[in-house]
Amino acid sequence: MPGWMPTKPAGKAGSRTKARASRDNNTRGQNRPRDMPPRYTTPTSPMFQAVIRMTPPVKLLCKDVWKLYGTGGDTFLDKTPDPSFEQIKAAGLIPAVRKANIEVREGEIFVIMGLSGSGKSTLVRCMSRLIEPTRGALFYDDRDLLKATDKEMIEIRRHKMGMVFQHFALLPHLTVLQNVAFPLTIQGQKRASAEARAHEVIELVGLKGRETYYPRELSGGQQQRVGIARSLADEPELWFLDEPFSALDPLIRREMQDEFLRLQGMLAKTIVFITHDFDEAIRLADRIAIMKDGAVIQVATPEQLVLNPASEYVEEFARHVSRDKVMSVGSVMTPGATGAGDGISAQLKIADVAAQVVEADQPLTVVDDTGLPVGAIGRDAVIGVLIGKRG
Amino acid sequence: MRALSSRPLWVFGALLALTWVLARHGAGWVGAEGWLGDGGLEWAIKYPTAWVIPLKDYVSAAMKWLVEEAHFGLFTFTEFTRAISWAIEQPYELVRALLAEGFMDGPGRRAKQVFPPFSWLTITACVVALGHYARDWVLAAIVGLAFLYLALFGQWESAMITLASVIIAVPIGVVGGLSLGILAYRHPMFDRILKPVLDLMQTIPIFAYLVPILFMFGFGPVSALVATVIYAMPPMVRITTMALKAVSPEIKDFGVMTGCTRAQMTWRILVPSALPSLMVGVNQVIMLSLNMVIIASMIGAGGLGFDVLSALRRLDIGGGFEAGIAIVILAIAVDRLSQAFSERSGHVKPDVPGARWPARHPRATAVLLVMIAAFILGRFLPFFQTYPEEWWLTTGDFWDNSVKYLNINFYDEFEAVKLFFLNYFMLPLKRFFLGIPWPWACLMVVALGYHFGGWRLAAMNAVMTIFIVTTGMWEKAMVTVYLCGSAVVIASAIGIPLGVLAGTNARAGSAIGVVIDTLQTLPSFVYLIPVVMLFRIGDFTAMVAIVAYALVPSVRYAAHGIRSVSPELVEAGVVAGCTRWQLLTRIRLPLALPEVLLGLNQTIMLALSMLVITALVGTRDLGQEVYIALTKADTGRGLVAGFSIAFIAIIADRIILASARSARVRYGLEEAAHG
Repeated sequence: MPGWMPTKPAGKAGSRTKARASRDNNTRGQNRPRDMPPRYTTPTSPMFQAVIRMTPPVKLLCKDVWKLYGTGGDTFLDKTPDPSFEQIKAAGLIPAVRKANIEVREGEIFVIMGLSGSGKSTLVRCMSRLIEPTRGALFYDDRDLLKATDKEMIEIRRHKMGMVFQHFALLPHLTVLQNVAFPLTIQGQKRASAEARAHEVIELVGLKGRETYYPRELSGGQQQRVGIARSLADEPELWFLDEPFSALDPLIRREMQDEFLRLQGMLAKTIVFITHDFDEAIRLADRIAIMKDGAVIQVATPEQLVLNPASEYVEEFARHVSRDKVMSVGSVMTPGATGAGDGISAQLKIADVAAQVVEADQPLTVVDDTGLPVGAIGRDAVIGVLIGKRG
Repeated sequence: MRALSSRPLWVFGALLALTWVLARHGAGWVGAEGWLGDGGLEWAIKYPTAWVIPLKDYVSAAMKWLVEEAHFGLFTFTEFTRAISWAIEQPYELVRALLAEGFMDGPGRRAKQVFPPFSWLTITACVVALGHYARDWVLAAIVGLAFLYLALFGQWESAMITLASVIIAVPIGVVGGLSLGILAYRHPMFDRILKPVLDLMQTIPIFAYLVPILFMFGFGPVSALVATVIYAMPPMVRITTMALKAVSPEIKDFGVMTGCTRAQMTWRILVPSALPSLMVGVNQVIMLSLNMVIIASMIGAGGLGFDVLSALRRLDIGGGFEAGIAIVILAIAVDRLSQAFSERSGHVKPDVPGARWPARHPRATAVLLVMIAAFILGRFLPFFQTYPEEWWLTTGDFWDNSVKYLNINFYDEFEAVKLFFLNYFMLPLKRFFLGIPWPWACLMVVALGYHFGGWRLAAMNAVMTIFIVTTGMWEKAMVTVYLCGSAVVIASAIGIPLGVLAGTNARAGSAIGVVIDTLQTLPSFVYLIPVVMLFRIGDFTAMVAIVAYALVPSVRYAAHGIRSVSPELVEAGVVAGCTRWQLLTRIRLPLALPEVLLGLNQTIMLALSMLVITALVGTRDLGQEVYIALTKADTGRGLVAGFSIAFIAIIADRIILASARSARVRYGLEEAAHG
């Protein structure tokens, strides 16, 4: 772990970090279990664990959010409370977001995935009130965001929210250090303390030594690291990332995804992540919301999406995903059966254990978090997943 | 739109022919005895004096009331203008004293210098340091040589007076333009009001508002500064609004998400992000201020402009040319410096926290040392204070002699060229325009407006032409159109082929580029001097000067249009087996048409603005009217004629822009407007 120490949720985050770090070492930081966020499995009393393992509290709640572009969207919704896509079009309006319902839970990576024009960027801008929704309610913790005054919003944005942009949105006239310190100086912090904090986050994203560079002197990947560092400088609770890696080359993109997972492992923010790339969504998400034509058509874990797509549209995406990287051992094992070996974690992905299972002479034992055996997995099951057999 | 644009060309042809017939024979018909009774249709050719609305008298009276009687409760209008005048005068006097004249004490001519101005060495050292700071030694050498030139050729003091007025006018113009631009960005309503005002400000000839300024601020440098600021500010306002709008929406979102207040958003996000574009605006303000130098000297600015003007009045070609060149040199130096500053968006500087001030600021230290040395040495040796007059160089005689030589040896040739153009081109055109009955001309202008821009443009054209007719400006307006029209035709005939050449051939392009850049830095007056020398006064001289001044945009836009034709289309043409000529006529030229039209538009605007200046060589158009109004200090006359010129400019501008737009829409380069 680098010299940086998280300053806010000191004890808790520190131990989480350790737990994640050790797990990441085993699995090269990519294939962490998904169905249950692992950062809540802190090694404390079983009682505490049981409480924690219940669904975490909702951090951000979008209730029936509508955004219609064009004049008279408000009166139109008064007259037709629940219009269809065609009705809105016929009224000469552009439906950007239609009745979106989303719950983002504390500490999870919530990915909103959709193709261009699906309304995902508008939705995330509604969530941060960069755009005023035409209708709907928005709660941050228990606070009604839409009722917040401009002044209150400024305070919330200064201390609770951070955002990373697709094209980085770095200020061209400031150096890396000044860019990262910018949100702090805007709040009126002294230059020295703002820059000290900026140095910490710059080191955190691995840009130490580049502090005096200007954005135009950096590569795209480095620029986005600056963007990430800047959004983390004022320690937001809620972290919006609007297609942060879409403008990067595929190789850099993958590297940045790993970097992002590493950071999240240390910081445990509540994240809303926008992407048009289904693979990226699968790779990063705890849960995914799929959007089409402004509507949210399914919210599920990556595994559920692949196993039970809600519509043909979702299935079309899921078909091209390598299922061995999505499906966990737990979902294909034979529950209750017994096998050999000293136990494979039910949360691991098939891709991670395939070689081990296929080489073994007999089915291997599967264990849960606590190390208790819950079933066994055999060669047939793994091969079934690998060759893409359904059902 | 599409249906309208593709209407057969013969409709236009027929209308043009009809106009020509009317213009040629109309006078004969209406003059014919017994046709339609007594006066006949005489009124259609010559607008009757009895029908003229004496608008200019009303305006003059209003101006008089404003200056003499207007009262805003606490203070009178005159007190208000005096306060402004005082506020501008103080810093101006200070800078002028520092740069050119030193601090004086005592009354009038017997005043004694109590403190000298900066030595020429100090100021040159200062600009060299600025050049090095802004870019490198090359720039430092360029600006250093430019200032040395000013000293060597004895233009130093005039140049410093000019520089002082630029130093005062530019910050006022920049700050004013920036504030108005930010306001317009924040309040779309204000933007909508501001836009037509800016249009007018940029199309009314400067002469027209010199008179009211003279009334309000009196003859002197302050009036000149106010006129300069009014002239130089509009582009800054436009560029500011545009630059702020062009800041990427992500950066604006970032500002909101960081929790910026409105002031922080403006000053810490928007303005710094838009800085490179804003610096282009600053550069524009500087260049326009320098353009204004000569005209401003008509109402009391001294300096180089006054030298040119008085030389022009004395027909002293050598002196005028030298002072003109000095303006150009000063303009180039200041332009390059400001451009370098705008491109210098901070490079990484090694931080030396422990070092002393001199070590961290070597350039400032050097300048300070030069300043102190020059001051002390200048006490004993005048050379260090003022460049000695005995050592001045002059090229005046050379220019005088060359013109004399040309006039003596090539008189017949020049005369032949002049007569040829006058007899076969300009006079027939003049007869044509003066012969068109005004009701018919109004109808045509309105019809053109309707064709290209719909009812709104038609209505606007109607109002503007009616203004010109009813204020009794019709005949002079037609002379203006003729003079400007013939200049535009010739400028396009020369400029567009040059532009096409520059666009298709890289080497020719860079050569033409250099010439064009130089032409653009020359103040408009400079064009007059050699032309008057060779062709003496008259319409032809005016036309040649206008062509020289208005040529630049037609070349530049044509070249840009040709270059921006998509290379894929050209390749498609090559693959289809086009010859070079076919490539040009079938692909490049048609696609460059919208750009060429924009160039034409700019050419017309520049021609109209040059028109007033050519009044000095004895034309009989609206420009002359404005110039006379200036010499007689007749506000109403000047403003009415000025508005007429502005309206001609606006009509031409809107019609051409609308047609360029329809061309772009036809090629799918731009979306048709909704609704």
